[in-house]
Amino acid sequence: MATVARPGGFGGMASPQEQGGSGGDRPPEAKQSRRRRVQVWRWVIFLLSAAYFLIPLYAALRFAGLKAFPDIFKQSGFYPAIGLSLRLAVVTTILTLVLMVPTTVYVHLRLPQVRRSMEGITILPIVIPPIVLIIGVLKVSPSVLLSTPYLLALVYVILAMPFAYRSLDAGLRSVDLKTLVEASNSLGAGWPSTLWRVVLPNIRTSMLSATVLTVALVLGEFTMASLALFVTFPVWIVQFEQNSGPVSVAASLLALLVTWILLMIIVTVGDRSARKRGGAQVNLFTVAPQETRPTAGEPE
Amino acid sequence: MSALVAAAEKEGQLNVITLPSNWANYGTIMSDFSKLYHIHITDANPEGSSGQEITAVEQLKGQSRAPDVVDVGPSFAVEGANDHLWAPYKVATWSNIPANAKDPNGDWYADYGGYVAIGYDPAKVKLAPTSFASLTNPAYKNMIGLNNSPTTAGAAFAAVYAAALANGGSFSNIEPGIKYFAHLKQIGNFVPTAIGGPTTVQNGTTPILIWWDYLLESEVKPVVPGFKIVIPSDATYASYYDQAISATAPDPAAARLWEEYLYSTTGQNLWLAGYTRPIELATLVANGTVNKAAEAALPPAPSSTLTFPSSAQAAAAETVVTQNWPTQVGG
Amino acid sequence: MAESTAQVVAPEAPPSGARPRPAARSLHRWLRWLGVVPFGVYVGLGLIAPFVAIAIASFRNSSTGTFTLNNFRTALSGTYLLGLKTSIVLSIAGAIVPGIWGLLLAYAIFTAKRGNMLRKVVITASGVFANFGGVPLAFLFIATLSTTGIVTGWIKDITGVNIWDHSFSLYTGYGVFFVYMYFQIPLMVLVILPALEGLRPAWREAAHNMGAGTWQYWRHVGGPVLLPSFLGCLLLLFGSAFSAYATAEALTGGTIALTPIQIGALLNGNVVAGQENLGYALGVIMVVIIAIIMVIYVILQRRSARWLR
Repeated sequence: MATVARPGGFGGMASPQEQGGSGGDRPPEAKQSRRRRVQVWRWVIFLLSAAYFLIPLYAALRFAGLKAFPDIFKQSGFYPAIGLSLRLAVVTTILTLVLMVPTTVYVHLRLPQVRRSMEGITILPIVIPPIVLIIGVLKVSPSVLLSTPYLLALVYVILAMPFAYRSLDAGLRSVDLKTLVEASNSLGAGWPSTLWRVVLPNIRTSMLSATVLTVALVLGEFTMASLALFVTFPVWIVQFEQNSGPVSVAASLLALLVTWILLMIIVTVGDRSARKRGGAQVNLFTVAPQETRPTAGEPE
Repeated sequence: MSALVAAAEKEGQLNVITLPSNWANYGTIMSDFSKLYHIHITDANPEGSSGQEITAVEQLKGQSRAPDVVDVGPSFAVEGANDHLWAPYKVATWSNIPANAKDPNGDWYADYGGYVAIGYDPAKVKLAPTSFASLTNPAYKNMIGLNNSPTTAGAAFAAVYAAALANGGSFSNIEPGIKYFAHLKQIGNFVPTAIGGPTTVQNGTTPILIWWDYLLESEVKPVVPGFKIVIPSDATYASYYDQAISATAPDPAAARLWEEYLYSTTGQNLWLAGYTRPIELATLVANGTVNKAAEAALPPAPSSTLTFPSSAQAAAAETVVTQNWPTQVGG
Repeated sequence: MAESTAQVVAPEAPPSGARPRPAARSLHRWLRWLGVVPFGVYVGLGLIAPFVAIAIASFRNSSTGTFTLNNFRTALSGTYLLGLKTSIVLSIAGAIVPGIWGLLLAYAIFTAKRGNMLRKVVITASGVFANFGGVPLAFLFIATLSTTGIVTGWIKDITGVNIWDHSFSLYTGYGVFFVYMYFQIPLMVLVILPALEGLRPAWREAAHNMGAGTWQYWRHVGGPVLLPSFLGCLLLLFGSAFSAYATAEALTGGTIALTPIQIGALLNGNVVAGQENLGYALGVIMVVIIAIIMVIYVILQRRSARWLR
C-alpha cells in the first residue's frame, strides 16, 4: 500500500469518522488497563495459533527422523519433479498477472457494475471439485495441449483466479483509481505511462500477494496434476508413501520448507525493489504503528 | 513371436500405469523386461487407482503418452470391455488360465492375486489374532486398520467381502461384512483412517492391518521387524487383478510383448517372488517350473479351489457398500 | 481516454446532428466491453467449457449414453443426500470458525508493533499452509492426536487421562473440521489481508481524537469497511471447505458421507466402475449449491451496506 501523496487525499472516500463517536476523554487508568487487556488477546491468539500449526509439524518430524531427509534426494525423479513444478509456477504466475491485472484495472475504471459478477465467476474454480474440473478439461482440450505439462499451467491460472482477483480488487478498491488516472492524464501522461508508472506501483502489494498465492498454489497442487499424469513435485512426493513412510513424510515436510523459503525470497525481493524504485515510499504491510504518533495510544 | 519381438523393439517404448515398484515385484519385472528387450518403460501415476487408469486411457487417446497396458480390478476390466477400450489378445499360454479368470474374447485376463489377510506387529499386539471373529476381542481396542476405504479401494472392499463370508454372508450378500465393521467401530477396535498402511503400522496407529497378503509381505514386513501375516481361519477370500491391452495403445507391439513376458514362466515366477499367486501357478507347479523358494515363502493358504463373485454379484455388492458404509459404519 | 473525451464532447455537439449520436453511444457501450474480452475468453475456454462438458455428461447414462435424469435422482437420495447435507454443515462451520480466527490472527499480526519480519513470515507461511492438505496433512494429525500421537501422550502424562478412552476420536466430522482449520485459517489470513490494509491507522487516530472508544470505532469505521470483504472471504472459505477432498478421505476412509469423497470414489476409485456420470451429477449439484450461497451472500452484502450506512 503506497503512502504516496495522492491528489485529493482522503477526499475521494467518505469519511466515516465525521459521523464520529460520542463520549469524552477517558481517565488515564482506563486507558492503561485497556492497553494491557489488548496485549493479552494478541498473545493468546499468537500462542494458540503457533501451537496448532507447529506441534503437528514437530510430531511428523519426530516420526520421520532427520536421517530420512538425505534419502529424499537419492530417490529417482526428485530433480525433474521439482524442476517441473518451478517452471509451472513461473508460467502460471506470469499468465495470471498478465490476464488479471489489466482486466481488474479496466473493470474498476470502466465497468464497475461488472465487479459483482466477477466476484461470482472467480469463485467458481474453488467450488468445482478439482477432480471433476480436470476431467472436464481433459475432455475439451485439443491433443496439442494434452501432451504438454504446460496444460497444467493454463488450468492453474483458473485455480489462482479467485485469489488473484480478490487481492487486486481489494488493492484497487482502497486506491482512488479514477482520480489518480485522471490526474495522470491531465498531467499529460499517455495510457501506457499511466498504467506503468501510476497504477502499478499503487497495487504493488496486491500484485505481490497474488504472486505469492499463485506460486504457493502451484507448488502444492496435487489432484489435477496426478490425474493428468504429470509428475509435479507434490505428485512425486505421494509416490513414496507406500515405499517408505519416514521418507515420504520427510519429503512432504521438505516440500513445505522449500515452498516457504521460495515465497520468502519473492517477498523480500519484491519489498526491496519497491523501495529502490524511489518516488513512493512503499512499505509492504502498512497497517502499522509507525504511522501513528505515540500519544495516540495503541492502534487496535 | 520373434516378429513380435522385432516390432516391439522397433517401437522401443512401453507406457504402463499405476504400477508401484514394490507391488507384486513390478520393480524387478519392469527392469528385467527393459534390459531384455531394450524397451524403455514409463510408469505413470504409480500410486493411482484402477479408475484413474480407465480415465487415462479414455482421455489421453491418441497421445504418445497414453497407457499401453493396464492392471485393473475385475469390475474395471469388465467395464472397459463394455466400453470397447481393450484390444483382444490371447497370450501363448492362454489355455493355462482358468476359464473363470478371463474374458472369452481375450479382452482381459487375470494376472495375480492373493488372499485377504490379517497382519499384525507382535511387538504391540500381544495376543495373536487368527480370524475375523477373534478381532472383536476388546484387547484390540484402537488397533485395527484397513488400507484405504472400501468405497474406493479394491483391497478394503475385499476385506469387507471376506468379513461377510466369515459372518454368514455370501457373494450375493455383503451386508454382514458391513455390519461386522460397524460393530468393530462401535466397540472401538476399528481405526477408520484411510491411510492405513506401512506407515501407520510403523508408528503404532494401526498395529493390526487387514490387507492383501502379498502387500503385507512386500510393503509392511520390510519396515516392521517381526511382522506376522495370517489368513483368517473363518474366511478365505481371494481376488485377482486383470491385465488388458488398450485398443488405442501407442505401442501395440510392445504391449503384446509385455503380456507375453508376464505370462511366460519367467514372468509368472517374478510375480510369485512378489508374494502373489500368479494365475498360472497350478500349471507351474504341475510342470515343476515353479520357483520353489518363492512358493514356500507364500503365506500358508487353504487349498480350496478358487471361487470368485460374478460381475453381477460384485457390482451389486459394490453398490451396497457405497450406500451403507458411511451410514452404518460412520454412524 | 478517447471515450471520456467523447463523453465530454457529445453534449456540446450541435443539436442538429441528432442521428449519429445514439449510434456513437451504443458503439461506445460495445467497445467498453472489449477490455474484458481476454478474460472472458480465457474463462470461457478454461472453466465454462469443461464445466459444460461435465454437465452434459451428467445427463447421460454412463453405460448407454442415453439421456437420463437418473444420475440426479440418485445423487439427491440416500447416502448421497446425506453426503450433501454433511458437506454443507461441515463447510459452514469450516468457514465461520476459521474465518473469525483468521481475522483475529491477521489483525493481531498486522497491528503488532515491531515485526515487518513477523508479517512476512506469517504471509508466506500462510501461503504454504493454505495449499497443504491430503494425505500428508492427515498424517500430521495422526502423528499428533491418534492413540499413539504425541499430544495424546502429553495429555496422558500430565493428567493421566487417555482421551481415546473417553470417546475422543480424530476420525469423525469434528476431527475433519479440526484438521480443515490447518488450511482454512491461513487461507483466511491471506484473503482478509488486503481488506485490513484498507483500514487506515489515521482513521483510528482521528476517531480516537474525537473521543470514540474501541467499540465505536469498530461500529462506525472499522466494521463497515471490513464487513463486505469479511463476508466475501467467508464465501471463499465455504467454497474451499466444500470441495476439499483428499484430507477428509485420508482421515476417515469414507466412514463419513461427504460429497467430494463420494465423487472421488465414483470417478477415481478401485471399486465402483461405470458410474462416472453420477459423479458428474454430484459435481453439478455442488456448483448449484454454491450459486445459491452466492445469491445469499449478495443479498447479505446489500442489506449490510444499508444497515451500516
